[in-house]
Amino acid sequence: MIPAPFDYVRAGSVEEALAALAEHGEDAKVLAGGHSLLPLMKLRLATPAVLVDIGGIRDLSYVRVEGDGADAVVAIGAGTRHHELQRNEVARAEVPLLPHVAGRVGDAQVRHRGTIGGTTAHSDPASDLPTALLALGGTVVLQGPGGRREVPVTGFWTGFFETAMSPDELVVELRVPRTGVTGFGYEKFTRRENDWPIVAAAAVAGRVALANMAGTVVRATATEEALAAGASIAEAAELADQGTSPVADMHADADYRRHLARLLTRRALEKATAAA
Amino acid sequence: MQVSITVNGNQRTDEVEPRLLLAHYLREVRGLRATNIGCDTTSCGACTVIVDGLSVKSCTVLAAQADGAEVTTLEGLAAADGELHPVQSAFREEHGLQCGFCTPGMVMAAIGLLADNPDPTDREVREGLEGNLCRCTGYHNIVRAVRTAAKAGAAAGRVPQGRVEA
Repeated sequence: MIPAPFDYVRAGSVEEALAALAEHGEDAKVLAGGHSLLPLMKLRLATPAVLVDIGGIRDLSYVRVEGDGADAVVAIGAGTRHHELQRNEVARAEVPLLPHVAGRVGDAQVRHRGTIGGTTAHSDPASDLPTALLALGGTVVLQGPGGRREVPVTGFWTGFFETAMSPDELVVELRVPRTGVTGFGYEKFTRRENDWPIVAAAAVAGRVALANMAGTVVRATATEEALAAGASIAEAAELADQGTSPVADMHADADYRRHLARLLTRRALEKATAAA
Repeated sequence: MQVSITVNGNQRTDEVEPRLLLAHYLREVRGLRATNIGCDTTSCGACTVIVDGLSVKSCTVLAAQADGAEVTTLEGLAAADGELHPVQSAFREEHGLQCGFCTPGMVMAAIGLLADNPDPTDREVREGLEGNLCRCTGYHNIVRAVRTAAKAGAAAGRVPQGRVEA
């Protein structure tokens, strides 16, 4: 399978990438690791006229703590590859859910290429890292012709493959609250070890996010509210599928997905509590 | 567009279409056909090669993305005198193959795994090679081969440096 022809632009900096996006508008797609985009292009489900390759902008790859105390955030460069995040010492100490989940994306070869900014911009509801980011809270930092802006993760993913970004913007950073070494749980149900989640649940600091239970990754708000009101984990987890709209496919029907959401939420919350 | 890619120590500049996949570049432009294309969907790992020290599936990388990179394929593993790389020897010793189609990708992925984890357990080998499928289901001997290769120490996780004549 061979992608349809396209023009290729290698961006040496964020500014060069933004200039190319401004020039080509909706005809252009950004190429980072390419492990979601290139398979779609090979199937001709995506046929961009121009690819803007940001994979060589290495100063988009970093993890650092900014600010102090309760306001401290962990800033992750959008070009940080999954295998880099998985092993990053700062991430492991300051927000351990993220490197754990990065290590459960795809397989080793995929983790060597895929980036956190790419999976964020791609907006597949079955993605691991967006599920973890939604549970953590925080913001997506976008850069466009008008400068930088931050969009809360709760409003960033607007639909299947749809986000709050404009075509002339680039994801440049993810910012999440610093949790420190704390309890977390990430439970994903797959047919093979690190496959796409049929359903997944991420739990940290009393918040729960679910993968593949709607058109976007979603928070299990009924579960979170029940926990805040003093419900037990078992009681709260029974509410995890409330407000979700899972689809049926060859892996699971909608009812089975709802069952998985409740079960995996309970397990993720139990892990988060046990490890805290 | 022009790409300049070092494959098994040999640097070359070629005129390619932007849409050319690295797997096709290696097989058709460079004539190195050990790298097999199996599923063509980033699932089976048969096309795994090492790019700048990391295993990747070359059916999901553009040749353009490898511009300036150092690529190692199966052809680049054995020494000039024919001495096999420790992972190749171990696959032969433990009969870590049946039909052989997945073998080039398995060997390259195993080198990537051993570079990262020089002494993996059986479970770590199985997880580390999750991205490589053997349709003969010959996994037991493949796991054994990787464990045997690990006994060679750091050399098992290294790709040779310098020029290998294709």
